[in-house]
Amino acid sequence: MTVRPRTSRKEIHLAAHFPGVNSTTVWADPRSGSQIAFSSFEHLARTAERGLFDFFFLAEGLRLREHKGRIHDLDVVGRPESLTLLNALAAVTERIGLAATVNATFNEPYELARRLATLDHLSGGRAAWNVVTSSDAFTGENFRRGGYLDRADLPHSQLRSSGGTPITRAAEFVAVARELWDSWTPDGLSRPFAHRDQHFDIAGEFTVPRSPQGHPVVIQAGDSGEGREFAARSADVVFPCWGSGGYPPGRHSTRHGTLEDGRAFYADVKARLAKYGRSADDLKIMPGVTVVLGDTAAEAQERAAEIRRQQVSPQNAILAVEQIWGTDLSSYDPDGPFPDFDPEPDPSLTQGRTRRGDSVATAEKWRALSRQKGLSIRQTVIEASGRQSFIGTPEAVAAELETFVRQDAADGFILVPHLTPGGLDEFVDRVVPLLQERGAFRTEYRGATLRSHLGLTEPGGKG
Amino acid sequence: MTSSHGRGLHLAAAVDQRSAYDAGSYVELARLAESGGLDFVTLDDTFARPGPDALAVLSRVAPVTNRIGLVPTVTVTHTEPFHVQAAVATLDWVSRGRAGWRIDVSTTEGEARLFGRRHAAPADALWQEAGEVAEVAAELWDSWEDDAEIRDAATGRFVDRDKLHHVDFQGSEFSVKGPSIVPRPPQGHPVRVVDATEGQARRTAARYADVALVRAASSAQAGAVRAELRASAEKFGRDPDTLRVLVSLVLDLGDGEHAAEPGHGGGGPRQTAHGPLYRGGPVDLAELIAAWHGDRTVDGFHLTPVEPRRDLERLVNGTVALLQHRGLFRTFYPGSTLREHLGLARPANRYAVTGGAS
Repeated sequence: MTVRPRTSRKEIHLAAHFPGVNSTTVWADPRSGSQIAFSSFEHLARTAERGLFDFFFLAEGLRLREHKGRIHDLDVVGRPESLTLLNALAAVTERIGLAATVNATFNEPYELARRLATLDHLSGGRAAWNVVTSSDAFTGENFRRGGYLDRADLPHSQLRSSGGTPITRAAEFVAVARELWDSWTPDGLSRPFAHRDQHFDIAGEFTVPRSPQGHPVVIQAGDSGEGREFAARSADVVFPCWGSGGYPPGRHSTRHGTLEDGRAFYADVKARLAKYGRSADDLKIMPGVTVVLGDTAAEAQERAAEIRRQQVSPQNAILAVEQIWGTDLSSYDPDGPFPDFDPEPDPSLTQGRTRRGDSVATAEKWRALSRQKGLSIRQTVIEASGRQSFIGTPEAVAAELETFVRQDAADGFILVPHLTPGGLDEFVDRVVPLLQERGAFRTEYRGATLRSHLGLTEPGGKG
Repeated sequence: MTSSHGRGLHLAAAVDQRSAYDAGSYVELARLAESGGLDFVTLDDTFARPGPDALAVLSRVAPVTNRIGLVPTVTVTHTEPFHVQAAVATLDWVSRGRAGWRIDVSTTEGEARLFGRRHAAPADALWQEAGEVAEVAAELWDSWEDDAEIRDAATGRFVDRDKLHHVDFQGSEFSVKGPSIVPRPPQGHPVRVVDATEGQARRTAARYADVALVRAASSAQAGAVRAELRASAEKFGRDPDTLRVLVSLVLDLGDGEHAAEPGHGGGGPRQTAHGPLYRGGPVDLAELIAAWHGDRTVDGFHLTPVEPRRDLERLVNGTVALLQHRGLFRTFYPGSTLREHLGLARPANRYAVTGGAS
């Protein structure tokens, strides 16, 4: 038996993440434009389409973040409602997929399935839905179902009384949406539906005929065990949250470690597909990553360091430390040393932001880093915040991206630029042509729908 | 603007079509209405019969039109007030100040079963709730002051959080904390439209609507309803001149140049199950519009064509052209926002301590 050498026939998939409401996005840079004007979204989406990307991605936040009981004011705040914005973008783009993050906790299947099917119709088959759930009553205060908590991080007593976990409701939500999308026959006949389970008891007729993609593309973000299982069962794309800078969990002090961790994640998720009767090609793994380019390796490293300094303003450094310590540290000097006391065990200082890991351990790590290298608070936070995923010349970055995909650490990447709206210009102008030369990336859109870009088959409707 | 209130004539048209889910046909109709200088187009929506999400359709239309107002129906009975206001504000952002919102309720048990969260309720309770949604939407649009975004590098602050506000709204059926996720939209408040035909809706219209739609088969009847709405608005503490009353007519311009049937044209529209129907020619329609407007019984008309492409074209090229020729209707858009077309000021922000909006 001859073993064929692996060719670069596995094509890279690329997507563009609109700069978010978080500290990755640099707003103080003179090139930073509006985060809300339609022209910013148009610029970034058209840039991504010029680069033949698979899709354009919008995140979501349903309550402004608060810190110390007041609205967090250091990062970009304010964004449009995703689906409305994407329908408008459908008018000024032709091929690129349009992905909205929409919360399954604070929506109902009938209405959301209808809105997604409408986007798919109006865009000619380019709609995608990134399914997320919410984890706090804080966000719930903006909604009718505010008291309805059904999420994984609930205390067990509450979990029992609410009768379910969030993955269960989200999975059921997606299943109901698919039922609704399948409720019209391909030749335009509406059939009544009825669905009853632990979470939903609904019946009637769907108001929208089967859309061009059959089902809009379903994306799942996150990399927990439950999330991986959900993705394997229900999603078309998984967008693992690889932490700041876009690293997979685990070792990432070396490029090799990153690659190996990515391969482990990839193998784990793809292995789960078979039991749901799906093949490896049915689920694309596209981690979120950051890229910094330079004419030389040294210049790229310099620019990357400068971006990290921009991302961590003195005020942001104190905030980051307050979030770990769980107490007011506004009297501390960002250019001075860390507090010598330990963090509060269960801080509720910051609301609406995902908490990461064990705060005592993080505090110890940061203080150790500060001691070893003689760094101030701000320097330590910058150092600990992690480097960007890919830093180098366009040639080096293109080669690395291709390596990650060819060695099965990813099927592609969701690029997270740090500038609105020009943050992808350079990548599209300089890296995309090199990927094309390597035969690793498409030179034209071959199909019209997002499913065709992603190489996904059309879901079979119940005939 | 020098013309006093009441002299401006306002025209709007529905772009509803049966079984149309692609963008192209809606774009075509909206552009046609825009070529006639109409104030706005409406697109109806309901969970009760087939059709796309109307706000999505008009959002798709926004970037390929320039001036015309875009007013989708968004129902408020089974939806989230927070999502609804964010979507309408976003429509205002993507259209650069041309968004409206026709508020409606879902009254049937069939619609309730699609959601499975609550049973159908009587219309007066639903319209009471719709009023609360209209109120909380305006509070959330105000929850960002216009100058909240400061980008102050010296202090590291992107926003001045003293200019972002919790609304702490407590309604009979829902509560909302706020602030909105969407910065205050270009118009301050996108235009709120209510069909005030039914008695239960009329109160909500008088209190919250910028534009009330009414059904009337004669100028005198229209005048009576308009007077009632204005008086009611005043009782709610409003300046009645901030309320525009448009008469809704179903439009059938298929019968040639002049009215063929008695009871049309000069005689006025005929009552039908779908509301007053005008069937006749574009010239006589212009006569009717000019006459009623001359009586000062209406601020304008909202016209729903029975054959959208045919009737809209006849409306624009026939009726509107004639009204323009007689100096009764604008020949170009002097303003760029829907509020400007309607002669409505940009509202001050209720939370702003000093000055307020321009």
